[in-house]
Amino acid sequence: MNDHPDSHHDHEHGSELSEAALRVRALETILTEKGYIDPAALDVIIETYETKIGPRNGARVVARAWRDADFKARLMADATAAIAELGYSGRQGEHMRVVENTPVLHNMVVCTLCSCYPWPVLGLPPVWYKSTPYRSRAVIDPRGVLKDFGVELPVTTRIRVWDSTAEMRYLVLPMRPSGTEGLGEEELAALVTRDSMIGTGLPLSEGRAR
Amino acid sequence: MNGAQDLGGMTGFGPVVPEPETPVFHAEWEKRALAITLACGALGQWPGDRGRYVRECLPPIEYLTSSYYEIWTKALSQLLLAEGMITPDEVAAGHMVHPAKVLNRLPLAAAQVAPLLARGTPYDRPATAPARFKTGDRVRTLVMNPTTHTRLPRYARGKTGLVTDVHGVFIFPDHNAHGKGEAPHWCYGVTFSGTELWGAESDPALEVVIDCFEPYLELCDA
Repeated sequence: MNDHPDSHHDHEHGSELSEAALRVRALETILTEKGYIDPAALDVIIETYETKIGPRNGARVVARAWRDADFKARLMADATAAIAELGYSGRQGEHMRVVENTPVLHNMVVCTLCSCYPWPVLGLPPVWYKSTPYRSRAVIDPRGVLKDFGVELPVTTRIRVWDSTAEMRYLVLPMRPSGTEGLGEEELAALVTRDSMIGTGLPLSEGRAR
Repeated sequence: MNGAQDLGGMTGFGPVVPEPETPVFHAEWEKRALAITLACGALGQWPGDRGRYVRECLPPIEYLTSSYYEIWTKALSQLLLAEGMITPDEVAAGHMVHPAKVLNRLPLAAAQVAPLLARGTPYDRPATAPARFKTGDRVRTLVMNPTTHTRLPRYARGKTGLVTDVHGVFIFPDHNAHGKGEAPHWCYGVTFSGTELWGAESDPALEVVIDCFEPYLELCDA
């Protein structure tokens, strides 16, 4: 699907709009005319989630935890407070928990009932996270889901799936790739993929940074 | 409610399709759908739990064939109609027909967006009673089939697990979604084995952690 940089693109091609696009446009028009919403605020919300709040935030948290044992200890004890040290807080991350992968345990996060997701550190969820295939299978066949992402773990690795059924929001702390001892925080963050912080992927190895 | 939103354990939806981190949105209208949903939420006319319930109330066939932003938009229309903020003739016309309902809050302004998002809306509340369960307790989830909102998925009802976290006291969605007040309750992380949830054929190395409110749980005899 296309994503057009011009935010008013839709308005120039009315006849091509989908039913969904028409419904949203009508709703926005009514809400604006009635004074319930301020279009300038809408633009700020969109810009925020396109440029400021996304998985690079979480990658910084992970990289910091890999390099700084004291920070990691605080992160595991009170994730909400530790993440706020880096300036990330608020909506859909009010109550954070960080769960750590080890050589014998792999964590994966899902919301089977809707699409709960830790927005301040990962941004808005990808389409697959909200989709029926992931929400149905993650809790019963996480290894099958991992295969869809090209990841295969030893059969002896325990898999712990966190179903976000309340207001706790989960971030996976993936294992630090080997051979990265000399890397700085920024270089490490470049190895941390969004999917590795959901538990459907692994961090990149050195030399394959994003 | 046993709606189409309660997907855990179903089969037949096909493979998960990975996607890169960007673009965040896949159509212009998705951006507007997100923004108007958040801006309307900021008017404080309904709690988020009610929003979730209204989404679940979409007919199952419609829910399963709508994208998530479509589900959000359809539910937002329902909420605005229910609150009398918009009317069916306005939806049909695509324009304001009647004067706006007077609300106790001004529309969200651009300068308020960053502080609002950074603040969020904490869901924890002070405890008014001691926790009934502690880490290490064996608990069983209730068998229940409410037609109202609940956060105990079907696949985890009537199952035995271990309390592995005591999260604190939180707003109880089952009440809050229906205008019955926040009714805060203790919330626990409960760990279930794959075999307990899915039977002998389950991956023996699987465990699932579900955050359960106290009313969902009873203590198992030792």
